[in-house]
Amino acid sequence: MRFRAKIVDLGCLNHFTRVSSTISKLAKTCTLRLSPHKLYFILSDKVANGGVSMWCELAQGNFFDEFQMEGVSADYNEIYLELMPENLSRALKTAQNAKTVKIKLTNKHCPCLTVAVELPSLSSSSRIVTHDIPVGVIPRKLWTDFREPVLPEFDVSIYLPVLKTMKSIVERMKNISNHIVVEANLKGDMNLKIQTDLVCITTHFKHLANPSWALEDISQDRDLEAMVEARIDIKKLLQFLAGQQVNTTKVLCNIVQNRIVHFILLHDEVSLQYFIPALS
Amino acid sequence: MRSRDEGEQRRPAVFSRDTRRGVDYCHVALSTAKIVLGKAAHSLSRIGDELYLEPLEDGLSLRTVNTSRSAFACFLFAPLFFQHYQAARPPQRQPPRCKVLMKSFLAVFRSLAALEKTVERCCITLSPESNRLVVQLHCKHGVTKTYNLSFQECESLQAIFDPAECPHLLRAQARVLVEAVSPFSPALSEVTLGVSRGRRVVFRSYLEDDTDAARAMMTEMSLSEDEFQQLQAQEGASITFCLKEFRGLLSFAESANLSLNIHFDVPGRPAIFTIEDSLLDGHFVLATLAEPQAGQEPGQGPHSTTHQDDFANDDIDSYMIAMETTVGEGVAEGPRTPSPVSEEEEAESNVIPGTPPLKKFRSLFFGSVLAPMEPPSEPNPVLAEDSEGEG
Repeated sequence: MRFRAKIVDLGCLNHFTRVSSTISKLAKTCTLRLSPHKLYFILSDKVANGGVSMWCELAQGNFFDEFQMEGVSADYNEIYLELMPENLSRALKTAQNAKTVKIKLTNKHCPCLTVAVELPSLSSSSRIVTHDIPVGVIPRKLWTDFREPVLPEFDVSIYLPVLKTMKSIVERMKNISNHIVVEANLKGDMNLKIQTDLVCITTHFKHLANPSWALEDISQDRDLEAMVEARIDIKKLLQFLAGQQVNTTKVLCNIVQNRIVHFILLHDEVSLQYFIPALS
Repeated sequence: MRSRDEGEQRRPAVFSRDTRRGVDYCHVALSTAKIVLGKAAHSLSRIGDELYLEPLEDGLSLRTVNTSRSAFACFLFAPLFFQHYQAARPPQRQPPRCKVLMKSFLAVFRSLAALEKTVERCCITLSPESNRLVVQLHCKHGVTKTYNLSFQECESLQAIFDPAECPHLLRAQARVLVEAVSPFSPALSEVTLGVSRGRRVVFRSYLEDDTDAARAMMTEMSLSEDEFQQLQAQEGASITFCLKEFRGLLSFAESANLSLNIHFDVPGRPAIFTIEDSLLDGHFVLATLAEPQAGQEPGQGPHSTTHQDDFANDDIDSYMIAMETTVGEGVAEGPRTPSPVSEEEEAESNVIPGTPPLKKFRSLFFGSVLAPMEPPSEPNPVLAEDSEGEG
């Protein structure tokens, strides 16, 4: 197994740094899947994560000037690594203004993803910062744990309101309740509701956008105003909202009644999906 | 203080005209330099919990040591640093030396921004007879803040160290060193500094034995020799020391735009970090790990098997002798675990009691260790028992 990649463009570097920072806020440990054309950050829906799962996909060509890999075998030309995205994020943050950043799979005291940053210096010779991030190589037989999630038939799809607003509301609600009901309809309405013995709080968002394809496929007698809801862990929702770095991103929210809340965003050619299962 | 000449060392101290307070007091005032003093306080607070103040003829000395005695720090501010400096001292008494809680002293200078904006003058008065260190901040709008800090009289806190004895020297602009350690997490305790093949200077994160090596990220920063004003060390030389304590001096040096010298020797011998300008100098003496990391050229790799506890057993102890008397007990404590080296030095350099030790930070000695204790003038509440070095 071999992997070497290089980033030279500062814009690409900053973008990749932002992506890794978002991932680090969504998962403590995750899987990095390397294939010849794409990189994936994957969190599979284990009990340990509270059933939450994440799928983030990037085309390597949009970030790396050089990208070479050899997978476990010719037939299975991919590499699956388990790592702590926080390490990658911290390593990349030391690369502000870097001349180049090289990432490669190495074997030091254990398999590592080595990030080597070449920084400008006062002298003729650059400064080099090297980070060795320990990784776990995931054997091929476990790769099936990390398949792309199959999207269910969603009952409603709606674009979220401004993330900053939504985040500050959910943040305050988190202090009152552990669970939150997310409901939306096909008329651009979304409500966030919490309920305790003492108090009920609902925040109403109106005039949000529903994707056109969601409105096309529905049956005639479907009541557009009917709310579809799911009750989820408020911390997981907040974790997702807090992880987003760019405010203007359009985030699509899909809900299966009482089953799952799904977020998908496509920004700057990176797609990120986050699944939060409903609580019973 | 390079601008002083030999004759000035012998200049008698200025005695205060204010006899109400007695002659044995020190009084300093500063305006623009108050920020620097405040920053020095912040810097020292990274090391120890007690601040030793000693007004000397040569200036005001602020010193501290950490609880495990593996780090010693001191700043000396020359009389010219202050608008007004008096370290009055009659020949028959020891100069007032005191220690205060670092926390209390730091509280005065906690907000450097406020210090800069609203404080016009700062006056520090040490009055052994009232057992108070009085710091007065004269602020705008006629506001005066007076801090009365209790102090405990004590013997001088000194360390034996001599940068000239260290074969290796690294000198750089503080800014270069700040950038050199910036890739390391603020949580990182220790760092290894060394010279690798190709004469590059390398800083590497040091991971303790009990860290789960499988999970911990290792970071290394390598700089060319050209970035340093001086590099006097052969390839392979390396030391491991506490990064957090080093950062204390580094941030001060950066704010004062000074260069920093790192004098070091073999692993286990203390490393001496110094800064100076015409009005002040600072020394941080930090213990280094006794065993070099296994497989060790910096620039290579893996983690050591040495445990952090080695710090406590390091040679720094034999260099550190602080005699503290809790006034009221009147008990003199003997020197702590002196090594043959320090005993020899003590014998050579006994100082006549009553005269201040010469301020020669470059070649240090511990003369006053064996000087007779003077009886306390009045009982003082014991603020904090020295629980170390008993017997």
